Amino acid sequence: MKLAIQTKDFSFTYPKTKEATLKGINIPIYANKVTALIGPSGCGKSTLLRSCNRIHDVYPGNLYDGEILLYDNNGEKAENILQYKKENDLINLRQRIGMIFQKPTPFPMSIKDNITYGLKLSGIKNKTELLDRAEIALKGAALWEEVKDRLNNSAMGLSGGQQQRLCIARAVALKPQVLLFDEPTSALDPISTASIEELISELKNELTVLIVTHNMQQASRISDYTGFMYLGDLVEYDVTETIFLNPKEKKTEDYITGRFG
Amino acid sequence: MLFNRFFRGLSHTSAWLVLTILFAIIIVLFHYSKSAIGDFGFFHFITNSKWIVGNDGNGGNFGGLIPILGTFLSSLIAMVFAIPIAMGIAIFLTEIAPEFLKAPVGIAVELLAAIPSIIYGMWGLFYFGPLLQSWFGGQSNSLLTAGVVLGIMVIPFMAALSRDAMNTTPSVLVESAYSMGATRYEVIKDIVFPFAKKGIIGSVILSLGRALGETMAVAFLIGGVFRFPNSLTSATISIPVLIANNFGEAGNLQLSAMFYMALILFIISFFTITIAKFYFLRKTD
Ligand SMILES: Nc1ncnc2c1ncn2[C@@H]1O[C@H](COP(=O)(O)OP(=O)(O)OP(=O)(O)O)[C@@H](O)[C@H]1O
Ligand SMILES: [Mg+2]
Repeated sequence: MKLAIQTKDFSFTYPKTKEATLKGINIPIYANKVTALIGPSGCGKSTLLRSCNRIHDVYPGNLYDGEILLYDNNGEKAENILQYKKENDLINLRQRIGMIFQKPTPFPMSIKDNITYGLKLSGIKNKTELLDRAEIALKGAALWEEVKDRLNNSAMGLSGGQQQRLCIARAVALKPQVLLFDEPTSALDPISTASIEELISELKNELTVLIVTHNMQQASRISDYTGFMYLGDLVEYDVTETIFLNPKEKKTEDYITGRFG
Repeated sequence: MLFNRFFRGLSHTSAWLVLTILFAIIIVLFHYSKSAIGDFGFFHFITNSKWIVGNDGNGGNFGGLIPILGTFLSSLIAMVFAIPIAMGIAIFLTEIAPEFLKAPVGIAVELLAAIPSIIYGMWGLFYFGPLLQSWFGGQSNSLLTAGVVLGIMVIPFMAALSRDAMNTTPSVLVESAYSMGATRYEVIKDIVFPFAKKGIIGSVILSLGRALGETMAVAFLIGGVFRFPNSLTSATISIPVLIANNFGEAGNLQLSAMFYMALILFIISFFTITIAKFYFLRKTD
C-alpha cells in the first residue's frame, strides 16, 4: 500500500505552553484511503491535523519536533514538510494538502470566484479553463445542479450544507493529494451530513482523506483506518473495523463504548 | 415587566429625541438664513466669490464659492493624504505587526486620536507650514498645509476604526484562505479588505465628516483670507473658519449669510454620509 503522509516522533508545542500538546506521534496515512482521528475533546486531533498543512504557522511561536513526511504521488519519495521555511514552500504544500473546517468558510465573493480562487492563486488565468474546472469541481461536489444558474451570486446566500460542499469543491478544484477535514459535519443537519459523507467516500478515488470526527458512527461508516488519541498521544491505530470491534487498548474500548469522553 | 416597559419607553424616547434635535437644527438654520436665501438665491450664492460688507454695516454682497471650495479642497487633500497611510497602519496592526508590538502601537494610535485639534493647529502653524513652504513654495498657511495637517489629524482616527473593522474578519476565514495557498498580501486583499469593507468605508466617511467640519486646526492653517485659491499653496478660507472669524461683529445680512453657509455645510456633510452609506449598503447586500 502507498503512503501519503507519515509522521515520525512528531511533537508539537503551542507558544507559551510548557508541555508539548502532541507527544511523539507516529501515524501512517495511506494514499487513497480515509483515515479518521477520534478521541476526547482537547486530546490534540485538530492540532495534529493542522500540522499537516502547517496552518499553525499563520500564528507565530509554535514548536515542531520530529518529522512529517509527505510522499509523492507514487508513494516513493518523501519530503519532511517541517523543514519548509520559505513562504513559497508553504504555499506549494497547502496547494497539495487542502483543508476543510468545522464551520463552512465561504469567502466574501461570488460562488464562481470562490471555486476559482485557489486556481487563480496557482497561476491559471485562462477564463475558459477556470470555468471548466469550476464546473467539474461543482459537479464532483454534487452542487452543480443547485448553483449553475446563480454562479455570480454571493456564496454567503447558500445554505450551510451547500456552503460546506462549496468549500470542498473549492479545495478539490486544486487537485490536492490530501484533504484534511476537521469535524466537517458537526455544524450540519443529518441530510447535509449524509451528502458530505458520500462525497468523502467518492473522493478516495482521487485523493487521500484525513478526517477528525466526534461521531463514532461517522468514523466507522466512512474510514478505512482509525487513530485513537488521548492527551496528546496516539493510543491506538489500526484498521477501522479492528478499532471498533476488537480494540487492543482498554482506553480505546472505554472511549468507543462511551464510558468516557 | 415594569422594568421592560420602562426601558422600552426610554429607548423609544431617546430615538425620537435624536430625530427631533436633527429637525430642530435644520429649522433654526433655515430660519436664520431666510433673508440671505431671499437676497442671493442658491446658484448665485454658491457661484459668487465675493464677501463684501455694505457701508452701513448691515447689508452687503455675500457669496459662498470660496469657503465652499476651501472646505472641499482641504478635506479632499486630507483624504488623499490620510487614506493610504491609515490603511497601511490598520493592515500593519491587524496582519503584520508581531504580537508584542500590536498593543503598544495600537495604544499610541488611539492616543494620537485623542489630541485636541488646536494642538495640531499650533504644530502646523509653527513647524509644518513653514516646512511645506520650504519644499513647495507659496504661502506657509495654505490649502495644502491645512489639508495635510487635517489628514494627519484624522489618520489615527481612521486607522483605529479600520483596524477594528479588519479585526472582525473571522480567523477561520483567514486560515481558510491561507490553506488554499494564499500569500499574506492575497489574504489581506481578497479576504480581510472585502470582509471589512463596510467598516473601512464607514471610517473614511466619519473622518471626512471630521475634516469637513474641523474649525480650530484649519483656522490656524488655511490663511483665513477671503481669496480664490489659485494654487494648492495659496491661502484661502473654509466654511467653519469663515463663520468662526466673523460671527462676533457681523451685521444682519452677513449673519444670515453665515447661517446660510452653515446650512450648506450641514447639507454637504449630511449628503456625503447618506450617499456613501447608500453606496456601500447596496454593495454588501
Ligand atoms: N492556540 C493555542 N494555544 C495554546 N493551546 C492550545 C491552542 N489551541 C489548542 N490548544 C490546546 O491544545 C490541546 C489540544 O487542542 P486541540 O484543538 O488539538 O484538541 P481537539 O482534540 O481538536 O479537541 P476538540 O475535539 O474539542 O476539537 C488542548 O488542550 C487545547 O487547549
Ligand atoms: Mg478540534
